[in-house]
Amino acid sequence: MKFSEQWLREWVQPAVSTEELAAQVTMAGLEVDGVEAVAGMFSGVVVGQVVSREQHPDADKLSLCQVTDGNETFQIVCGAANVRTGLKIPLAKIGAVLPGDFKIKKAKLRGVESFGMLCAEAELGMAESSDGLMELPEDAPVGADFREYMNLDDAIIEVDLTPNRADCLSMAGLAREVGVLNKADLTELVVNAVAPAIDDKPAIEVSAAEQCPRYLGRIVKGVNVKAVTPLWMVEKLRRGGIRSIDPVVDVTNYVMLELGQPMHAFDLKQIDGGIRVRMAEQGEKLTLLDGQAVELNADTLVIADHAKPLAIAGVMGGEHSGVADDTQDLLLEAAFFAPLAIAGRARNYGLHTDSSHRFERGVDYNLAAKAMERATALLLDICGGQPGPVVEVASEAHLPKAPTIHLRRARAELILGLKLADSEIEDILTRLGMQLTATDDGWDVVAPSYRFDMAIESDLIEELARIYGYERLPVRLPSAASPLARVAENRLSMGDLRRHLVARGYQEAITYSFVEPQLQKSMDPEHAPIALLNPISAEMSVMRTDLLAGLVQAVSYNLKRQQPRVRLFETGLRFVPQADGQLDQIPTLAFALTGNRLPQSWADTDASVDFFDAKGDVESLLARTGQLSRYRFVAASHPALHPGQTARIEKADADGQWQEVGVMGALHPSLQKPLGVKQALYLVQLDLAAVREIAIPDFSELSKFPEMRRDLALVVAQDVQVDQVLQAIRAKAGDYLTKLNLFDVYVGKGIDPDRKSLALGLTWQHPSRTLTDEEVNDSVSSVLAHLEESLGATLRG
Amino acid sequence: MENLEALTQQALAAVSEAQDVAALDQVRVQFLGKKGEITSLMKNLGSVAPEDRPKMGAIINEAKDQVENAISQRKQLLESAALNAKLAAETIDITLPGRAMQEGSLHPVTRTIERIESFFAGAGFQVMEGPEIEDEFHNFEALNIPSHHPARAMHDTFYFDAGRLLRTHTSPVQVRTMEAQQPPLRIICPGRVYRCDYDQTHSPMFHQMEGLLVDKGVSFADLKGILQEFMAAFFEKDIKVRLRPSYFPFTEPSAEIDIEWVIETPEGTKTRWLEIGGCGMVHPEVFRHVGIDPEEYTGFAFGMGMERMAMLRYGVNDLRLFFENDLRFLQQFR
Repeated sequence: MKFSEQWLREWVQPAVSTEELAAQVTMAGLEVDGVEAVAGMFSGVVVGQVVSREQHPDADKLSLCQVTDGNETFQIVCGAANVRTGLKIPLAKIGAVLPGDFKIKKAKLRGVESFGMLCAEAELGMAESSDGLMELPEDAPVGADFREYMNLDDAIIEVDLTPNRADCLSMAGLAREVGVLNKADLTELVVNAVAPAIDDKPAIEVSAAEQCPRYLGRIVKGVNVKAVTPLWMVEKLRRGGIRSIDPVVDVTNYVMLELGQPMHAFDLKQIDGGIRVRMAEQGEKLTLLDGQAVELNADTLVIADHAKPLAIAGVMGGEHSGVADDTQDLLLEAAFFAPLAIAGRARNYGLHTDSSHRFERGVDYNLAAKAMERATALLLDICGGQPGPVVEVASEAHLPKAPTIHLRRARAELILGLKLADSEIEDILTRLGMQLTATDDGWDVVAPSYRFDMAIESDLIEELARIYGYERLPVRLPSAASPLARVAENRLSMGDLRRHLVARGYQEAITYSFVEPQLQKSMDPEHAPIALLNPISAEMSVMRTDLLAGLVQAVSYNLKRQQPRVRLFETGLRFVPQADGQLDQIPTLAFALTGNRLPQSWADTDASVDFFDAKGDVESLLARTGQLSRYRFVAASHPALHPGQTARIEKADADGQWQEVGVMGALHPSLQKPLGVKQALYLVQLDLAAVREIAIPDFSELSKFPEMRRDLALVVAQDVQVDQVLQAIRAKAGDYLTKLNLFDVYVGKGIDPDRKSLALGLTWQHPSRTLTDEEVNDSVSSVLAHLEESLGATLRG
Repeated sequence: MENLEALTQQALAAVSEAQDVAALDQVRVQFLGKKGEITSLMKNLGSVAPEDRPKMGAIINEAKDQVENAISQRKQLLESAALNAKLAAETIDITLPGRAMQEGSLHPVTRTIERIESFFAGAGFQVMEGPEIEDEFHNFEALNIPSHHPARAMHDTFYFDAGRLLRTHTSPVQVRTMEAQQPPLRIICPGRVYRCDYDQTHSPMFHQMEGLLVDKGVSFADLKGILQEFMAAFFEKDIKVRLRPSYFPFTEPSAEIDIEWVIETPEGTKTRWLEIGGCGMVHPEVFRHVGIDPEEYTGFAFGMGMERMAMLRYGVNDLRLFFENDLRFLQQFR
């Protein structure tokens, strides 16, 4: 809401500067967004009048004008297209200073002398840009100081009002608030009833009394709609952010700005039979004032006549019944529409109007009559006409009733942490227009009808805090008498998890939770992602079903910026639709790596990362759980990953069943180019829950007895997986095998090309005695026999 | 015996000529070994007149000691020369860079969230999380924002369908926590939130941190206190905090949290108030929605944007950098 400071000061005169005023209302919860001068700094500008105009002898686009300031006539060269004889304009005389310290001097333009300048609004700092000279009203007094005439020593203050403070959406409301803050009296606007000059009464039927508890109508006949809105009104409207349209609309807008009551004027001759305030019929059509044709919903309150809807109540009038050039007789409307009947309706039609903004937040339900009289009086002043009597249809049962709110002084003290004196509480609430009745433990309070936001005790306590001043309220530290924090040791903290990856060279990324549908589909074709109804853009329109899509994008982004070595990880939710229609939001960890294994260095080779770098990082993380043996990697396939380099990561659940907890592998080579990753990229995704569950260490006695080690060089077929070999060894090596380490894999000279050689170290140790050679040899024999039988493994010759 | 003197001189010369420990050992064997030349003089003592034997023995022993001392000194010298030579040969250019993995780092938003979590953990606050796809009840209704409430328009909500939306704030986590637990409650809820707004200063996804304290006798004064402490901890200096009256349907009294920000400009030091979050006393209606008796308990809640805090703390000047994941940006937060 924008308003003119001068206008405010007509209502209330606090002894504070503009800056202080702005700070004061900001700290009262009416946040000032900006203060700007109504016009730039200038002097020496008067109201002038063009006496004559002729063409400049040497320039097509310039005029040679004689301009008077009432005393003298000046020859002035002017370039504006709208300059004409008789026009009144702001005249900057020789010696005038315009905004930007621009001094007006005698000048010669194309050989003709010019003594001053005719001004456009932009040149006076009154508009961003203007098209031609500023045209002043015909009654502007020639020779008057322009600043004074226009009342330009004023500021426009813009406040950003919260939805609860609809009462401040008017000059009256703002003045009330400023009065309360400054303990200053208001210069109340005296509004007298306008005596009817004619007997014409509108027929008004209200069938939707709940939605429209009060409706006032008045006929005004013989109105001159071609009258000119007075400058003072045009300027107040302009400073309030409203453009002057025609005198009738200007008056209704003015009353809305002044008192807060949105009003509407109908062209009486377009009303068929009388006014009916009713709910719309589904699909009824109405063309609005802005030219938009809408189909009405049944939840919309309309002002109709006996044949058709005329307006969306409280939102916007119809084009057909609006005031037009040929309008002579008016029906003025001032009503109270229930906030719930208006809320959201404008938005449903893509509208937001000054009227709907106010009605959906709450307009004083006792204001309509005063506004009607005020508007009538202004209208008669400007446009003439004969007013009829005001017709009011009201439903007491549906009008809001100001509740009696019980305020306990103990409660106020508890919430504020401060005991305010009774007199202070009474003073604040009374200044706010509340009626107080003392009770044993506090007061019964009735709020004024404009304070829709006063319903419960907390509302009153907030008002006390606000007017007393948040700044003045005490500060206290909450007692920290909490027991020691219980930190579950069987859960890996997110901090530890992240730092583990950071230590292994990964940079944490945060990517958007919504991604481009095609990208998501190429990474995870199996799940149809959930789509936003109102996405920012197609690139951010579906919720990710994995974290890989976003990471691949981030990798590609960096590769394109000459960062060939990238390691990124991210944690967050992925959103996976389930077969039963439910949506799982799964905490997930993913990481991606590409480029050299190590940063280029004098000490290391330039080898690129491969699958086993990724797997090593996974294993190091899983090792943090203290139960690495509960996880396994199973060769698998994934639509976005290399078919020969993909593993499903599984974890044994409490029953020993293997459950999938993640996937890893190389990005499928056919996806590299489309996704902008022209080098091998390894991706890992894990369910966070599965890697955060950790075993609390359980001590086992250290053996005092020596270890026995045997190394085996085995030859197996190429397609035998190492995991099979290790499992076979564990199955037969006996209880005291403590370590099993694969220390070489060899393929090549000396080995059958279909086979590979594995070098393994087996270590045994008994907890309470020394193992004998015989025992260990027996174990080795049974291991070898089992390996040969089950996997065709032989000892390397 | 006259050759003892010559022999001793010969031995001492050999000692000083020995160039390494092995050569020196040979000298020792030659003169002092079991069959060494000086040793054999001692063995021949039997052929000396008995009355001369002690004297002669003493002379030979003296010569032996002399040679032994010389050998031992020479040995020390040679050993330390050998060590020095070895050390010299092993000298490296210690200015070569170390063999390192190059660590990564946390995202600045995570770094900010973790710092804040640690402050509040110290005061007994627990970290709570919740779903990001929410229902209208938890995101709005339970927070005293019924449908058609004008405050809903302030939220620029992303919807999926009639019932589901992306949470516009972390406040639903408060609601879910209060549904599940009775007071006293001290929680903070960091996480991603979403608003349908995208320009230089708005991201459609950002992070919020919500705090909630519910107990008997909690007042607005406690809220002021904790926010002041928090800002001082976060910025590691005393910073002026201003609570400015505002409106949120789920708190009352409600306030915007402003901090006084000092900017150094060529014209001098300037200060301005920066809005960094909202707060207030939990609205009784919110307590009623979750089954907490507002007569027995009171509480406060506050929320603030993590990107905003990170920008202020680290001087980041463009919100969009947080989600581009440019390594050159991320690596600045090591």
